[in-house]
Amino acid sequence: MRILVIEDDPVLADGLKVGLGLAGMTVDCVDSCADGRAALATSAFDAVVLDLMLTDGSGLDLLREMRGAGDRTPVLLLTAMDETSDRIRGLDTGADDYLGKPFDLDELGARVRAIARRGLGRASPCLAAAGILLDPAVLSATLHGAPLSLSRREFSVLAALMERPGTVRSKAEIEDRLYGWQEEIESNAVEVHIHHLRAKIGREAIETVRGLGYRIRVTP
Amino acid sequence: MTSLRGRLFAILLSATGVIWLSAVLWIYVGTRGELEHVLDTRLQEAARMVNSLVASADITAPAAVLPSLSAESSGYERQLSCQIWSLDGRLIARSSSAPDSRLTEAESGFSDRVVDGETWRIYTIANATTGARVMVGDRLGLRDRLVSDLIKGLLAPALLIAPLLALLIWISLGRGLRPLRTMARDVGGRDADDMSPIDPVRAPAEVKPLMQALNGLFAKVEAARRHEREVTAFAAHELRTPLAGLKTQAQIAMSAGDCAVRQGALQQIVLSVDRTTRLVRQLLALAKLDATAEPHAREPVTVGDVFDEIAATAPAPKSDVSVAIEPALRSLTIVASRELLTLALRNLQENAVQHTPSGGTVTWRRAAAGTGIIIEDEGTGIPEDEMPLVTQRFFRGRNRSAIGTGLGLAIADAAVRRMGGQLRLANRRDHGGLEATVQMAPDTRS
Repeated sequence: MRILVIEDDPVLADGLKVGLGLAGMTVDCVDSCADGRAALATSAFDAVVLDLMLTDGSGLDLLREMRGAGDRTPVLLLTAMDETSDRIRGLDTGADDYLGKPFDLDELGARVRAIARRGLGRASPCLAAAGILLDPAVLSATLHGAPLSLSRREFSVLAALMERPGTVRSKAEIEDRLYGWQEEIESNAVEVHIHHLRAKIGREAIETVRGLGYRIRVTP
Repeated sequence: MTSLRGRLFAILLSATGVIWLSAVLWIYVGTRGELEHVLDTRLQEAARMVNSLVASADITAPAAVLPSLSAESSGYERQLSCQIWSLDGRLIARSSSAPDSRLTEAESGFSDRVVDGETWRIYTIANATTGARVMVGDRLGLRDRLVSDLIKGLLAPALLIAPLLALLIWISLGRGLRPLRTMARDVGGRDADDMSPIDPVRAPAEVKPLMQALNGLFAKVEAARRHEREVTAFAAHELRTPLAGLKTQAQIAMSAGDCAVRQGALQQIVLSVDRTTRLVRQLLALAKLDATAEPHAREPVTVGDVFDEIAATAPAPKSDVSVAIEPALRSLTIVASRELLTLALRNLQENAVQHTPSGGTVTWRRAAAGTGIIIEDEGTGIPEDEMPLVTQRFFRGRNRSAIGTGLGLAIADAAVRRMGGQLRLANRRDHGGLEATVQMAPDTRS
């Protein structure tokens, strides 16, 4: 799950990057509206964590801009101003959720997962396909009821494929989900992860669509 | 008297009363003089008339003539009394209203005399040919009654009208003062938060200055409150954000299995605690600056002592940035508030150190001319478009440092201005970096 954090406090931004990373998310951090705008234009995110008071403007303006341009990316507002009227204004501007500072890191993770899930049109917190059950909240996986041991990256690749079972995900899309901007991507990293996954869940579970990418088999 | 209406009512009513009484007095005096003259003339006429009667007919039984003299209208009957005396002192005749005793001893002309306890005014004509002296008189009491009746006639309607007039004045005053009452109701019925100006369109010219003064006050109070709200909101944001960072990092440190991750989180916590401590110190300094309205005591301060104090009390500065202080500046003595000068210089130094890269130097020096104190850093300076904004509270520009609070320059500026001085900021032309000059106003005491 790839998350964009727009927060200008360096300590908090670092905490979000590391903390949400521990929860299995790939996090990119920017510290201004302008950088956030640029990030949203170049990459697809599953959710955005947006601070309201940024040095070059209000997060609300960026949010309004996003919604005006038809951007449907789920947004969680993070702000020190958590009066009821502020919450109402934030939600009415197009935010999907609202969290006042200071907050609980686990709660933030859960809320981000929830808005990302709803952004994909899912209600169930768990992903299920081809006999595999993924629980993103605790990063646990089972295959036909038996526990499945996956690395963080493997889990992310599998989650990306299982979010839309039967749909082809390109290698670039999967890479996007796995790595933030600052991270170095090895050229065959996705292939390596797919290879390891196939070893664990069976060759037929992940289908290679030549020239397009990969997809999870819908019928077991 | 505290009621404007009551006061105006009293003034108007007493003024009306005084004017009325003056008019009555004027009429009284004028009428009385006129009446004296008319009645004296009548006495004279009557005396002459009787005298000519006496001369034309040899009156032996004059009583026949005289009753006609007393045939006067009711209320004022028997106004005139007449006596005819022979020159040798015998009473020849008298009118019925006349007293028995001789009216006057005067030979001729006007005279006043008290007869039987009443004051009379008498006119006497002595006629040598008829050998008779005619005296015609009236009682002064009658004259007084005439005048007092006249005055009563004037006063009676006045007394009737007075309450009506008072009522009219009272009602008119009420109507006239209505705009004041409306304004009082308008202002009195407001919420504590409502600082909108009073609508000046309906106000009469006399009330407008008061209304404008009130509106001016409202505007000032509103501005002060807005400022306070903004500062509080900013302070809340600036405090809760590091708290959120602290909590997040603490949770990471607790849950991270990886030693490096935990170490990183703990380092972030230390960094954040340092920054937050400084933020709290600066917020308190600002609150203190805002709270004390009275001017701080000014005294001669040796700048070197201030630097010693800053060095002694400042939290450990970034060890890799050195602070150089020019000896000429150390010995400089300026007249200032020691407390405010320390506050200003400390914040300028912290700001400079924060923006100077590792291994750099922050330099304090004395201005070439005058008593200006200059600090130079080796940072990136301030973009020109942000120059007017950097002394605003919580403003953090594009070239901000990681641990800045956005308050340092605001505090320095406020402290210097409180001392009557000026803080000038300029980017250094020779190197990158900022040059800040504290220029104190010349000492006006000497």
